[in-house]
Amino acid sequence: MKLVIAIIKPFKLDEVRDALTAIGVHGMTVAEVKGYGRQKGHTEIYRGAEYAINLLPKTRIEIAIPDDQTDRVIEAITAAAKTGQIGDGKIFVTDISRAVRIRTGETDDSAL
Amino acid sequence: MTNQGSRRKLTISLSLTAAASLAAAPALAQGAGKIDAADTAWMISATGLVLMMSVPGLALFYAGMVRKKNVLATMAQTIAAVILGSLLWLAIGYSLAFDGTGAVIGTLNRVFLAGVGPTTTHPAASTIPEALFMLYQMTFAVITVALVAGSVADRMRFSAFLWFVAGWLILVYVPLAHWVWGGGFLGAAGLLDFAGGTVVHLNAGVAGLVAAYVMGARKGYGTDNLAPYNLSLAIIGTGLLWVGWFGFNGGSALAANSRAVFAMLATHLAACAGALAWMFLEWWTRRKPSVLGIISGVVAGLGTITPASGFVLPWHAVVIGLIAGSVCFWACTQLKLQLGYDDSLDVFGVHGMGGMLGTLLTGVFVTAGISGGTSGLIEGNPMQVAIQAYGVVATIVWAGLVTWGLLKAIDLLVPLRVSPQNEVEGLDISQHGEALQ
Repeated sequence: MKLVIAIIKPFKLDEVRDALTAIGVHGMTVAEVKGYGRQKGHTEIYRGAEYAINLLPKTRIEIAIPDDQTDRVIEAITAAAKTGQIGDGKIFVTDISRAVRIRTGETDDSAL
Repeated sequence: MTNQGSRRKLTISLSLTAAASLAAAPALAQGAGKIDAADTAWMISATGLVLMMSVPGLALFYAGMVRKKNVLATMAQTIAAVILGSLLWLAIGYSLAFDGTGAVIGTLNRVFLAGVGPTTTHPAASTIPEALFMLYQMTFAVITVALVAGSVADRMRFSAFLWFVAGWLILVYVPLAHWVWGGGFLGAAGLLDFAGGTVVHLNAGVAGLVAAYVMGARKGYGTDNLAPYNLSLAIIGTGLLWVGWFGFNGGSALAANSRAVFAMLATHLAACAGALAWMFLEWWTRRKPSVLGIISGVVAGLGTITPASGFVLPWHAVVIGLIAGSVCFWACTQLKLQLGYDDSLDVFGVHGMGGMLGTLLTGVFVTAGISGGTSGLIEGNPMQVAIQAYGVVATIVWAGLVTWGLLKAIDLLVPLRVSPQNEVEGLDISQHGEALQ
């Protein structure tokens, strides 16, 4: 089992979700986060004070999938989230050692 | 905070109550004026409008501009100024400010509104009940002290602030109100201040500046991100202040008449002109017109026109507003950085500068036809500007010195600032045990 973590631009969330649904992924966890990579921030000015805002809003998606779906999921997310501009985000894949569906007690692949 | 301080305060107020009851025992004073229904109806409305400027107008305006962790505490300061200030005004403030004709201070004849009944009137407002005049003036007193809190937002201890409300109202506001409006020496010298350029705005602005210097800058000023939590709250607050100002300036006519109308008209025009001036200056110098800038310009215009509102022609108000927006923009973005003080919410930059400017411009623009006889510079009387300057200097000296002394005295009782850890954690949690979710 793999945990796919994608950091994407917030306005791309609906597209990514639709793309994942289309390939059979029916669950995800979404969080609003802040971060930066190569994308520069912006400056906000309030009367006499200027603030350089370097942490930009991003959306973090986590999807737990069986190993064999990894490549398809990565392709789907990449295609949907890409704009070609700096700040499109990143995808990380980590291993899941165990998974449990709380309602039924099913484990591992049956829980995904 | 010591118990002795509060015990002594309690003893004094009980003695005053006893004295007042004795004085009021025989009969309620009969006023010399005939109460007019129209004037009274307008002044009742105006009083409500001005109270709305404090709650929730100023509370929203200020709180929207601080960081999330201090929003509730900032609102608490405004509310505290109202709840404590109002009772002190009843107890002693009103009497000392408005009763009698002493050059320096009033009498104690009206403590706890002794001698005031349904038909009693005050000489300055002989067509409305004195109780209403007192209540109207109360709304001015409490918003003035609430304004000062803006300079030291994000770092003042709540208990110290309560002491400050009590001390500042009685030692700074009351004498100044008496000198300008209550029959004291500044009014007698011919100082024109229709609704509070000196008594309210310059006074609060100078006090704020002094407080900002005495208490020092916020932790992280100049390095950390101190961006406003929610400017929409500030914008809503500005709206309430704007509408409420119709009562602040319009009601200062103390009657339902054309003077009130001209005051309201001047008020509104100055607000609009001030906003446009700030907006275009900011657009030109910083590429974008910020909404914070626009509402700051509104308040700058409103504060600056305040002393002149019932004395000038409508087109004067536009000129005054344009100057106000420009000067206050400069004060908040240049002067502040040059002088290096952390006046968190620009009380000096907007109200202090605006009050000073407006008081002086009153001397320039006051028109005999509107003011009932007094002329200013443009009608050939330069002397009025000198009188206005005299009032400005007196206000700055009194407000500056006494505020400084008061803060130093309070600091002996309880530290003015919260601890550094509490400042980082936020005033909401550390002072009030609450947090916005």
